[in-house]
Amino acid sequence: MRQKLPDVLRSPYFWSLLFLAALLIFNILFTERFGVIEVRDGHFYGNIMDILRRSVPTVLLGTGMTLVIATGGIDLSVGAVIAVSGAIGALLARDGYPLPVIIALPLAAALISGVWNGFLVAKIGIQPFVATLILMVSGRGIAQLLCGGQIIKFSDPSFEYISAGFILGFPFSMYLAAAVLAAVQTVTRKTALGLFIESIGVNPAASRCVGINATSIKLIVYAFSGLCAGIAGLLLTTEIRGADANNVGLNLEMDAILATVIGGTAMTGGKFYLAGSVIGALIIQTLTTTILARGVTRPATLVVKAIVVISISLIQSSVFRSQLSGLLAGRGGRA
Amino acid sequence: MKHKRVLLLTLVSVVLLAFGCAAFAADTLVVGFSQIGAESGWRTAETESVISAAKDLGIDLKFSDAQQKQENQISAIRAFIAQGVDGILLAPVVETGWEPVLTEAKEAGIPVILLDRGITVADESLYVCKITSDFIFEGEQAAKWTAAELGGKGNVVQLQGTPGASAAIERQKGFEDELAKTPDIKILESQTGDFTMELGKQVMEAFLKKYGNDIDVVYAHNDDMGLGAVQAIKEAGLKPGADIKLITVDATKAAFEAMVAGEVNAVVECNPLLGPLAFETLKKALAGEKLDKWIVQVDQVFTKDQAASVIGSRKY
Repeated sequence: MRQKLPDVLRSPYFWSLLFLAALLIFNILFTERFGVIEVRDGHFYGNIMDILRRSVPTVLLGTGMTLVIATGGIDLSVGAVIAVSGAIGALLARDGYPLPVIIALPLAAALISGVWNGFLVAKIGIQPFVATLILMVSGRGIAQLLCGGQIIKFSDPSFEYISAGFILGFPFSMYLAAAVLAAVQTVTRKTALGLFIESIGVNPAASRCVGINATSIKLIVYAFSGLCAGIAGLLLTTEIRGADANNVGLNLEMDAILATVIGGTAMTGGKFYLAGSVIGALIIQTLTTTILARGVTRPATLVVKAIVVISISLIQSSVFRSQLSGLLAGRGGRA
Repeated sequence: MKHKRVLLLTLVSVVLLAFGCAAFAADTLVVGFSQIGAESGWRTAETESVISAAKDLGIDLKFSDAQQKQENQISAIRAFIAQGVDGILLAPVVETGWEPVLTEAKEAGIPVILLDRGITVADESLYVCKITSDFIFEGEQAAKWTAAELGGKGNVVQLQGTPGASAAIERQKGFEDELAKTPDIKILESQTGDFTMELGKQVMEAFLKKYGNDIDVVYAHNDDMGLGAVQAIKEAGLKPGADIKLITVDATKAAFEAMVAGEVNAVVECNPLLGPLAFETLKKALAGEKLDKWIVQVDQVFTKDQAASVIGSRKY
């Protein structure tokens, strides 16, 4: 007889939250000066603040990615869109354009990139993997062309505020991410949009039969994912006050997918968990910060990350969990 | 009839041959240059240096951008051989796998000169020589500056380049071996910043959380990481260049600007302007001169005090 796990253990958030908490507790106990939070220049300063601030781009990307994955798709282009948006923002800032232009044009470019992905996927019917791969490759090239192979540096305090500014001691970018999350949560859960997205992911044919317009919903989610990448691009570019087209956002699409998967949203689409993706993003950044704070060497970093990801993914899988509990029950019986 | 035709053909061939020789005698050197790509400002500067040097010397340059792929470089070299160039300049993207194509070049009698990176081949006669900076020397220069600046006592953190890159390995080795001579200077920690500004900043943030004001000098394997570290230091409420001193490698214009602003204290040059030296060496090779296997581009150290007067003449 198979034992049923208690409900709390099957919650999509339980295991990832447990892991995040364990990681933080481990660090606070064993990593030198990890838990110390000071007040410097009127804002909080410490490793934990770094985790919060640096996870914002992944949180944003993860939010867009979660919706895309829920429709059964994937968006590989977000890293490249970051580079494009950052390059445009940096060029405008360098040439002294007013702030609204510096913010609006990159975001418009990112939105267009997203709409383009959505168009290829929803209208033309190209597989999401391939459709977004096109922009993943070409987008970085476009950004490199814009920057002419150089890091475009700028100095514009009002633009830099989005990653260097603080409100009540907390980074401005955190509020930004919270606002985006709150908006998405409201739109998807207080309207039927969330349900439509999930139903497309679960069964596209049946959703069409009940009259859900998959084309426009897919367009919306890809466009939104592009927009999120655009915001992340502005954050990462202002972080170093320069557009580094070769490196900015490199492999971040993988982190966004990872955050989504760790958060409990299945790659096959269907039910999605925004809060889970946020926890996923926090786990990824906590791992990175832990590794830097403890001085682990780089090759080891990748192995550690891989092990963590595999364990969390396994434990998230209900199939694996039921097999495990079956195994445990079997052993208990024999003893 | 038949005889006439043969005669005509012979005539035509002779004329063509004569013209061919005349073209050759005009001494326009045809050189192929296989460049890795345009991934950094440093490399773009190198490309421009080779192109402009070719123009100045009246050399017909065939340029090929490999976009970071060895297979593109190999097919570019094959194309150069087929076009019958006089010499080939190669900035190799990786160290190994060059034997077959370089053997083809050697059999065609075309000298190959390596630019800014070396390769590993069993038969060293496959290339004439390599023209690169000495990364170990660069590391030693950084260590000497650090030792002098600190008066022989203090704490250093090191931002390393991409793991496995020869520039990272040798800049570290030169630095650490030279610094070992001043036992009171401690390297608190070394971590890779992957040669990027973004990671340089993030690693420096972690160092600052851990060691705070104990850090006296930051040694970064390239300018970009150093400039990232500058921002991390500023955001921690400290003054880069004063509270924590920085020395970086490459000496790009951005680093000079930071020196003028007083945020970076010194840079070790890694000069990408290899064009003139490359063609001079190639001409010597074609003239049959015996050349050293490694021709070192001599680099120097620039400090904050010199920055303002030198920055105008910097080309990269």
